[in-house]
Amino acid sequence: MLAFLIQRVLQAIFVMFVVALISFSLFHYVGDPVMNMLGQEATEADRAALRAQLGLDQPVVVQFWHFIVNAAQFEFGISYRSARPVTDLILERLPATLELAIVSAIFAVVMGIGLGIYTALRRRSWLANFIMTASLIGVSLPTFLIGVLLIYIFAVELGVLPAFGRGETVRIGNWWSTGLLTASGLRSLILPAITLGLFQLTLIMRLVRAEMLEVLSTDYIKFARARGLSKRVVNLRHALKNTMIPVITIIGLQLGTIIAFAIITETVFQWPGVGALFITAVRFVDVPVMAAYLMMIALVFVVINLVVDLLYYAVDPRLRAQGGGK
Amino acid sequence: MLPKKTLLATAVIGAMLATAAHAETLRWTRSADGLTLDPHSQNEGPTHALNHQIFDTLLYQDMDVEYQPGLATEWYVSEDDPTVWVFELREGVTFHEGQAFTAEDVVFSINRARHEDSDMRGLLTSIAEVRAVDEFTVEIVTHEPNPLLPNNLTNLFIMSHEWAAEHGVEDPQNFTAGEETYAVRNANGTGPFRVVSREPDVRTVMERNDDYWGIDHYPMEISRLIYTPIESASTRVAALLSGEVDLLQETPVQDIERLASAEGLKNEQGAENRSIFLGMRLAGDLVQADLDDNPFADVRVREAMNLAIDATTIQQAVMRGNSEPAGMIAPPFVNGYSEALDEVLPADLDRAQALMEEAGYGDGFRVTLNCPNDRYVNDEQICQAVVSMLARIGITVDLVAQTRSVFFAELPRDEYDFFLLGWGVPTMDSEYVFNYLYHTKEGDLGTWNFTGYSNERVDELTVAMASEVDIDARNEMISEAWQIVHDDIVYIPIHNQMLTWSMRDDIEFQVQSENTPHFKYLRFNN
Repeated sequence: MLAFLIQRVLQAIFVMFVVALISFSLFHYVGDPVMNMLGQEATEADRAALRAQLGLDQPVVVQFWHFIVNAAQFEFGISYRSARPVTDLILERLPATLELAIVSAIFAVVMGIGLGIYTALRRRSWLANFIMTASLIGVSLPTFLIGVLLIYIFAVELGVLPAFGRGETVRIGNWWSTGLLTASGLRSLILPAITLGLFQLTLIMRLVRAEMLEVLSTDYIKFARARGLSKRVVNLRHALKNTMIPVITIIGLQLGTIIAFAIITETVFQWPGVGALFITAVRFVDVPVMAAYLMMIALVFVVINLVVDLLYYAVDPRLRAQGGGK
Repeated sequence: MLPKKTLLATAVIGAMLATAAHAETLRWTRSADGLTLDPHSQNEGPTHALNHQIFDTLLYQDMDVEYQPGLATEWYVSEDDPTVWVFELREGVTFHEGQAFTAEDVVFSINRARHEDSDMRGLLTSIAEVRAVDEFTVEIVTHEPNPLLPNNLTNLFIMSHEWAAEHGVEDPQNFTAGEETYAVRNANGTGPFRVVSREPDVRTVMERNDDYWGIDHYPMEISRLIYTPIESASTRVAALLSGEVDLLQETPVQDIERLASAEGLKNEQGAENRSIFLGMRLAGDLVQADLDDNPFADVRVREAMNLAIDATTIQQAVMRGNSEPAGMIAPPFVNGYSEALDEVLPADLDRAQALMEEAGYGDGFRVTLNCPNDRYVNDEQICQAVVSMLARIGITVDLVAQTRSVFFAELPRDEYDFFLLGWGVPTMDSEYVFNYLYHTKEGDLGTWNFTGYSNERVDELTVAMASEVDIDARNEMISEAWQIVHDDIVYIPIHNQMLTWSMRDDIEFQVQSENTPHFKYLRFNN
């Protein structure tokens, strides 16, 4: 078990290192931060001085080494754009992104499983067909378009929900600000959560439906029916339980995607999370913020995968036998 | 005499009416937030626009971009010495936190802005010394006589020396220090609004400064000013349409008509201080094209291009009418503007083709046009129009449109043969244009001249106009220089941008050409 764990952790560190290397080499193609940081009256000498001050004149390898050493200590320097420590900026904005991601994940899971079961059990009804067709729209429309459409319908035309922002927030402790405790905060959450969760919803729904259909045709379900068990027990206890294993795996993996894909939703709704922070940073070539964000997202994926791996290890006896045999 | 009760009631009602008329919140949005509240650390439009609500400058440009007294009541060149500017300061002004404003704060602020970590110092290089003569008089000594010094001070915000010392922010932000200074999110100015709370990139709340020195001089009708930047253009417009904001700066061109027809909203438009033009490498070999010689070096080719590019069509088709076609790189309110030189020639393809043949390029040539795609209004679409217009005289243009941060990194490295650029004139004087765009690129001059253009007479005039104090002689120099660069066709001007601000229709507020609103002027009609 320990050997397996160490192996996985070493792999995770290697992945983080590769992500750092790739993102760092990308930064040389996104432009020159110094041109953004100094006004048009600055002279060439001013620009050279700032470049030297920021260490941008050093060889890439040296810059990368400094970056890795600092990143290992969670030290990402100061934002070129807002002159504030990057760690502060990210911590300040992380609650907004996490709340949005969690609410939209819950929305996607609850609606996805519910609709999946319904469309599997009533697969010939017109409503199920309608849901299946509508879900194609959810899969094929880009997120920003869904966001803009929702804003147009619910904010501009109907005027019932806010078009942007997070509403009023309440501070819990030193770092966490929540929008879940105020009416305007909850109202502000609805449209972005739907926008962000719609794709996952359709994915989960289609997965649940396919798994359900497969399970419903197996022998033990037929046997359960033959035993005279009620429809409810057969469908929800026997069938649904057995469809859940792949669904849970997918949900776990998709959570990382939701956090990472929040970039687009946050930009459309001016949601003050880390995704919007990243987009602004890209526009300004705010390298410290970009680097820290990419490392954070990589870390989220690595940790989720690590947990999934460990769960498999716990669940699958074959993996254990292999590890123990050596 | 009225009974006491009635008198009291009248007073109460009167007071209520007075507060009702003046307790107005304005929710303001634009695409980007100010970067910092530290007024000397960044020389950037949205940052200045925000700081103008909180701080004062010695003088400023009002909504008509006219120079108006701010913390200085009078300024003039000293009679004894042409290198000394005298500023007489306003008395009885206090900062938001109560400190009294004196000459010492002005000396401190200007020196802080000249510090090597300040991005404002590029505007102040002519200054040799700043000194307080008495409590309310400041003298600024320049290396050479500088007739334009006051024009360079319109974004030079005055901080309290005492406050800066108390919070350890006597120097502007240094990026290697790696920490946030107190001045990034806290401000203590003398301006019309004081900061109540600030969450960068999310929301800044300001309230009226009831002790403002100009409280009786300006409308000052806004009691609470809430600034929420919204990056996405469609969301910004939706926020105005749904009534979540009251005033939108920088309305996207495609939404102007829609907002004009929306109920309860209106647009205000005006000329922006920004000219859009094409530049090309005039000297040396082209680096992005495989040609034996440089066609741009021939003035006949440049004239042919100028004749082939139809600015009027660009105005109608690309800008939907929201631009002013131009013949020179200076909007009409800039000193040195000439109606004759600004004349836009109608497109003349026959003449253009003849010039190309005369120059030996009858069969055309192939070049690359570099263009930003998120810096100016419809920048990429303008370039696309230019590509098809130049194709009509045989010039094949490959368009490379990129994001601003890449474009403005490559442009100064001299990697472009042919590019689209925009230029504003913050000093409102032609010298600024010649200094940066036309002077030979050497040392601190011609820093934005990526054409390789070098004309001895223009260089001479540029340097001379910077220190000439005789207004008539100076204006003559300016018009001579404009004539030379016009005849040489150094750049191909396209148009001046227009600005559109959209707002609730009960708001009375006009567009300011520098895109810097002064909310102390805003009125409500209700």
